[in-house]
Amino acid sequence: MPTTTVRQPEAPAIEPGSGTGSPKTRILGIACLVGVVVLFVFAFFLTEEDQVQGDVVRMIYVHVPVAIIEYFGFGIAAVGSVMVLWRGSMWWDTAAVAGAELGLLYSGLMIGTGVIWGRPTWNTWWEWGDARLMTSLMLFLVYLGYLAYRRTVPDAETRARRSAVIALVGIINVPIVNRSVEWWANQTLHQQSSLSDGRLEDLTLFTLAMGFVVFGMIFVWLLIHRFRFGWLERQAEMHGLEAALAERRAQRDADIDESLAHPGVSEGDDMRGGDDMGGSDDMAAGSGDVGEAADGAGQQSGDQA
Amino acid sequence: MSHLGYLIAGWGLVLGSISAYAASLLRRGRVISAQVSADRQRWMTTDESAAEDDA
Repeated sequence: MPTTTVRQPEAPAIEPGSGTGSPKTRILGIACLVGVVVLFVFAFFLTEEDQVQGDVVRMIYVHVPVAIIEYFGFGIAAVGSVMVLWRGSMWWDTAAVAGAELGLLYSGLMIGTGVIWGRPTWNTWWEWGDARLMTSLMLFLVYLGYLAYRRTVPDAETRARRSAVIALVGIINVPIVNRSVEWWANQTLHQQSSLSDGRLEDLTLFTLAMGFVVFGMIFVWLLIHRFRFGWLERQAEMHGLEAALAERRAQRDADIDESLAHPGVSEGDDMRGGDDMGGSDDMAAGSGDVGEAADGAGQQSGDQA
Repeated sequence: MSHLGYLIAGWGLVLGSISAYAASLLRRGRVISAQVSADRQRWMTTDESAAEDDA
């Protein structure tokens, strides 16, 4: 599988062990906290209740933004998956996982707030035959499976390729979820799009727009941190592999020294040494020297016999 | 205010879940960044700082 090197986004250097933050993400994080407070004030104290739904309509300021922004998470996962299959880019694999995990988080919150909102509005928590609810649940489960599957495959490149296929299958469901209230209008309790029907006005519309901004900023902040965590996780994985190889090389060198120092080793020990040399060819620089030493050890052993 | 329990549950679910996830992410990031040397944290370095490190 071809691999590509992608120049990483620039950010100020920080000390290892200090986490995935940087000065810019800290500023963004503070802006997110301020945004949540302002959104809360607008949603609960400045906007009016709905004539039909009453105060429960204030759920719209969290439910609709997380529902729309989840699509961006799954979209990032899909784009990253295309790049993984096309270019073999592990950078994009890291981005795809970050997008999928955040899409899954927002999807779960959309379903959760929808369930809570549905009880006072529809007089039911859940309807198994509802087109919007079921397609949303399917989308959630597909990406839950995507993340679960990744935990079962140890090899990074195989994991990236196979999970990319799952992500691309899952993204097909996004337009189906979004259009389900129109395609199956008589099979859903869910109302038509709140944004496209033009019934939202003035402060309600402004507060909803603010909800998009605030939860969008939170999404970006989480995405940056999740990507950096994934990047570090991959580096730690590679570092662990290199450490294991170095340990194996050291053990092999010690075995060779031992066999040279004590030529009268048993035939079984000699065979074991030969196996080690054969397995080291593709992973160790300077393995030719080791092979020669092993040949020498084998020759000495043969002389003994 | 009507339906206050539903509103608290809905908003609490969203803000609580995001807060918990963010805290978990920061904690895991702090733990794993201690296992990775600075030269491997390439997303954190500019070309200039990398050159300075090499020098």
